[in-house]
Amino acid sequence: MTVITVDHLQKRYGDTVAVRDVSFTVERGEIFGVLGPNGAGKTTTVESIAGLRTPDAGTITVLDRDPRDPELRRLVGVQLQESQLAEKMTAGEALELYAAFYPEPADWRRLADELGLGGKLTTRYGKLSGGQKQRLSIALALIGNPAIAILDELTTGLDPQARRDTWELVESVRDRGVTVLLVTHFMEEAERLCDRVALIDAGAVVALDTPAGLVARVSAEQRIRFRPSVPLDDSVLTGLAEVREVRRHGTQLEVIGEGNVLHAVTAALAAHRIIANDLRVEQASLDDAFVRLTGRASTGEQS
Amino acid sequence: MHVFAKLTRSEFRLLLREPMQLFWIFVFPSLLVVILGCVPPFRKPNADLGGLRVVDLYVAIAIILTLASLALQVAPMVLATYRERGILRRLATTPVRPVTLLGAQLVMSLLTAIGSVVLLLLVGRLVFDVALPRQGAGFAVAFLATAGAAFALGLFVAAVAPGGKAANTIGTLLFFPLMFFAGLWTPREVFPEVLRRIADLTPLGAGERAVQDAMSGQWPAWGSLTVLVAYMLVFGLAAARLFRWE
Repeated sequence: MTVITVDHLQKRYGDTVAVRDVSFTVERGEIFGVLGPNGAGKTTTVESIAGLRTPDAGTITVLDRDPRDPELRRLVGVQLQESQLAEKMTAGEALELYAAFYPEPADWRRLADELGLGGKLTTRYGKLSGGQKQRLSIALALIGNPAIAILDELTTGLDPQARRDTWELVESVRDRGVTVLLVTHFMEEAERLCDRVALIDAGAVVALDTPAGLVARVSAEQRIRFRPSVPLDDSVLTGLAEVREVRRHGTQLEVIGEGNVLHAVTAALAAHRIIANDLRVEQASLDDAFVRLTGRASTGEQS
Repeated sequence: MHVFAKLTRSEFRLLLREPMQLFWIFVFPSLLVVILGCVPPFRKPNADLGGLRVVDLYVAIAIILTLASLALQVAPMVLATYRERGILRRLATTPVRPVTLLGAQLVMSLLTAIGSVVLLLLVGRLVFDVALPRQGAGFAVAFLATAGAAFALGLFVAAVAPGGKAANTIGTLLFFPLMFFAGLWTPREVFPEVLRRIADLTPLGAGERAVQDAMSGQWPAWGSLTVLVAYMLVFGLAAARLFRWE
């Protein structure tokens, strides 16, 4: 069952086109990733879905309603990028206050325990660590028992351990039946969490697939690196049908090819009694798919 | 408990965690009256002041001071910070509309101001025998009209200031000249005629005059009340039009 439909969404700010043409649907119970480089239009897209922005063109429906329908405010929990709380409000006060906003809120104490905030209820927001603030923000998005949770860049600025903890958290959110719309520019995050991904670049969807499906689009190519035990003439390999290109990096050879290139190369080497030392086969990752499909490098872990 | 009451309580709890703000709102106005009251000549009736004592005048001035601190310094900073930190935007994603938080902040401020005024009146009455407002209804009208004008100005500052720090700076820049006209440094009763006329057209000058009138038993001058309502409407509407939620 489809819970979110985005159809030819367009949004500009003055002369800047933030979203040119974005369409996708999100099914109930999945973790759907909106992936793309910084400035691609991801946040504008999800903020339109959250009812915070009015599209210039195109239509969005959330649970069969207009995104601005006030009724959706209790059905959709939103964790916004760079949204904070009052510095001197404690975590417990924030949870209790926000729980009062909803007709059927979750038990905020239990929610805090589940998110590992149980011991931090009397700590003021300003004294929480980055990871704790982020978990509190997620807790506030879930406190109304929403059907859909929109999580925007939720692991940006977290250390690797906190990031992995947050991923487990998102999976547990999905496990309780909440549909998750996840905005991210981390490949690893999308690969690990998302059932399906819309890859957005320059305001348009360039690919819509499962993470594995996206990788498969570019994985026809393989790269093999090794150090031959004796010097070797390139023609030994370039003559093979599966090999497209051979590059030399000092004593190391890099062979780029398609299909069963690994077998072809090892067979040719064996025939010449050459041993391939330090052999490595590189397969495409979501990172490669990202670079190939958007024409630019993805942001690294530490951004 | 109703959501609005919870938000108001939450705003009050946050104010209680700001000792400096509490000092300026709760302690300083009464302290000012006590300090001035300790100067013997200020406790003697003065013919230039229409037979009133300096300490009598300063109870009214301190009431205006309380409202000015809350409306021009605390409220704009708090509200602009809420916008800056994305708190209003976050509220927009919940069933509670962001304007509710604004309303809770204003109601909390008004209740706090009433508390501080009660303390001031008690200190004046018990320590220096300053008469309680003789025109009770007029006092309430003058207080609320001054509060309305001051908070409309404060909301306007919160609306146009880019962030919490800027709002605080603008509020402070307004605070000093406006409090000058309210007689904080020299009571308006001893202003030269021209200065007094100007003061009567400023929000806090008009407010001080109206509160002082009611303290001494008269109905506040309609001219003062008109000035106050005009400030409330002009800046209130401008703030409502210009207020950015993000």
